[in-house]
Amino acid sequence: MRKIAIYGKGGIGKSTTTQNTVAGLVEMGKKVMIVGCDPKADSTRLLLHGLAQKTVLDTLRDEGEDIELEDVLKPGFGNTRCVESGGPEPGVGCAGRGIITSINLLEQLGAYDEDKELDYVFYDVLGDVVCGGFAMPIRDGKAQEVYIVCSGEMMAMYAANNICKSIAKFGKAGDVRLGGLICNSRKVDNESNMIQEFARKLGTQMIHFVPRDNMVQHAEINRKTVIDHAPEHVQADEYRQLAKKIDENKMMVLPTPLAIDELEKLLIEFGVLN
Amino acid sequence: MLLRHTTPKEIDRKALTINPAKTCQPVGAMYAALGLHGCLPHSHGSQGCCSYHRSTLTRHFKEPVMAATSSFTEGSSVFGGSANLVQSINTIFTVYNPDVIAAHTTCLSETIGDDMTAIIAKAADDGMIPEGKKVIYCNTPSYVGTHVTGYANQVSAFVKFFSKPTLKRKNVVNLVAGWMEPSDMREIKRLAKELEARTIMFPDMSDVLDAPLDGKFQMYPAGGTTITDMEATGDSKFTIGIGPYSTEDACITLENKCKVKFEVIDIPIGLKATDRFIMSLSRHANVPVPDSITLERGRLVDLIADSAKNLYGKRVALWGDPDTLIPLCEFLVSLDMKPVYIVTGTSGKLFDERMSEILKNIPEAKFKCGERADMFLMHQWIKQEGVDLLIGNTYGKYIARDEDTPFVRYGFPIADRPGHNYMPKTGYQGAANLLVQILNAFLDYEDRKCPEEKVEFQL
Repeated sequence: MRKIAIYGKGGIGKSTTTQNTVAGLVEMGKKVMIVGCDPKADSTRLLLHGLAQKTVLDTLRDEGEDIELEDVLKPGFGNTRCVESGGPEPGVGCAGRGIITSINLLEQLGAYDEDKELDYVFYDVLGDVVCGGFAMPIRDGKAQEVYIVCSGEMMAMYAANNICKSIAKFGKAGDVRLGGLICNSRKVDNESNMIQEFARKLGTQMIHFVPRDNMVQHAEINRKTVIDHAPEHVQADEYRQLAKKIDENKMMVLPTPLAIDELEKLLIEFGVLN
Repeated sequence: MLLRHTTPKEIDRKALTINPAKTCQPVGAMYAALGLHGCLPHSHGSQGCCSYHRSTLTRHFKEPVMAATSSFTEGSSVFGGSANLVQSINTIFTVYNPDVIAAHTTCLSETIGDDMTAIIAKAADDGMIPEGKKVIYCNTPSYVGTHVTGYANQVSAFVKFFSKPTLKRKNVVNLVAGWMEPSDMREIKRLAKELEARTIMFPDMSDVLDAPLDGKFQMYPAGGTTITDMEATGDSKFTIGIGPYSTEDACITLENKCKVKFEVIDIPIGLKATDRFIMSLSRHANVPVPDSITLERGRLVDLIADSAKNLYGKRVALWGDPDTLIPLCEFLVSLDMKPVYIVTGTSGKLFDERMSEILKNIPEAKFKCGERADMFLMHQWIKQEGVDLLIGNTYGKYIARDEDTPFVRYGFPIADRPGHNYMPKTGYQGAANLLVQILNAFLDYEDRKCPEEKVEFQL
């Protein structure tokens, strides 16, 4: 079983990319569980065709600690197993603690046990690694592989670099490694080259360049992944390719995060001067 | 040897405190809250915090300490403690019916960032706070400050939530009591009465934590500053803060809110500090010092003179809180004794400044405040060169035994000797009590340890 965490700046398209990639893996016949680690609980919407799921923490709050796995695990597209950890309403409580609680609970409930015969577990984590809770998926040998979704925009790369810092830190003590950057294009000038160079400097690879296509939005409005909504469309093939590349990926590294001026220089070279 | 790991050689420590000379902020907040009449302290956090803080106070005072808790669960830590606190407020007023709930936060509720103002406002909106009842709060995260900070925060909260000016100044002096025993507060009130000064003391734990045993359980004992008095502090003409670390914040808050001028003085421990207290109260309450107090003072001076031969040059190690250590060391120096080692977990520049001044003629004296100023460091200093006397809370008993040194218990907590909540150490009478305790410790030791041929009938 491969355990993969997807990180990246907020709003970059982590959840969309993760679900579309998972759809690609499912098409290949893989058995996948996806754990949404975002209090907004929208990491499984496209696979479940709507926000129908009761989160782990909602269940914990409403029904106490006596929870069955079936209460929180819902089957989605292609029989993916979907879990949302959930969290408090904005501005109160502690979302980080929520993730720790829910991941521990899933372990206790045996969500990852051998008898589930899972090929993949995906953790879809919100935004930046702001506190210990959001690092939970890459702590203690939970996820061993991390993919960072980014684009050629300054802040997205800045966030990616920050996430690399925490992977470098946790990787020293544990076995978590960076599998690559997924460039979710924002149509920035020279984007692909810049991210490839950025990846090289981090000691990793740009595993795939996902072009921008309106079909993703169409599929989202229909609460579906592209592969589900328009299987023949070219964008569906992009996600199939990404799924295949992740499936075959052997390049796992401890990243070497960049200093800020180095990162800015990269942006100037690729973004402004050329 | 109980502490056989302690070596004389000091090790450079950056991140380790061994046997700290301090405890949690909420312990202070809880103690101060008991000094308000009809008040139930409420710990906003997990149950363990509340249990620990209550038992810490009970061990010291040998009295039941009532306090409620928000009983956080895993769910409350994630979703915030609002629902628990609102429910607690409802339950407390329904079942225990206090006049005031004084809530304080804990490390957990502080870290998840519970907004106490908003939660209490919500409880009021939901109709959980009956007419005429009050819910107040203070923030007490234990990863900053100490029990002294928590005490100061609670006392400030009293001012913030209750004191109000009606623009009719009254000939009353507020006495803000720093961290001391209920017996000390009682003694200060007696002195004020002797001076015929009109005063309001807050907080006031006398008749709360030293209540008489009459066979009936009182959830809210007779003592404590009443809400009416607490509100009236805004009309007083002056405030005397007794103990800078535990009361200065409250004095400043009261001045800002109600324009009541203030002076902060030391807790009246020993001759000089008591002189300053009497003079301050006499000046600001505009009353003469009566002969009865002058006579009390004279008796203390007589006792000091009679005992001089047993006190001169004696080396003393002390630990505790700055507000008591400062006047206590001053008293020892005035007795020709030598406070040579002093530690406190509560940090602040004032401690260093005052100690340098008080100890300026004792070059060998070492003092330190803050996190690394712990009992381990104190013991190491004692191992380097011994002392004749230890003065501090019960945590010193292991050192006293290992080093075979006379030991006078003073401070918080004292869990293994009685009397601290009955026999005051403040005022002239209190100074005499303290001096007798010190002399007895020396003389008992002398009688027990001296060679047979040196045993004297008269000492």
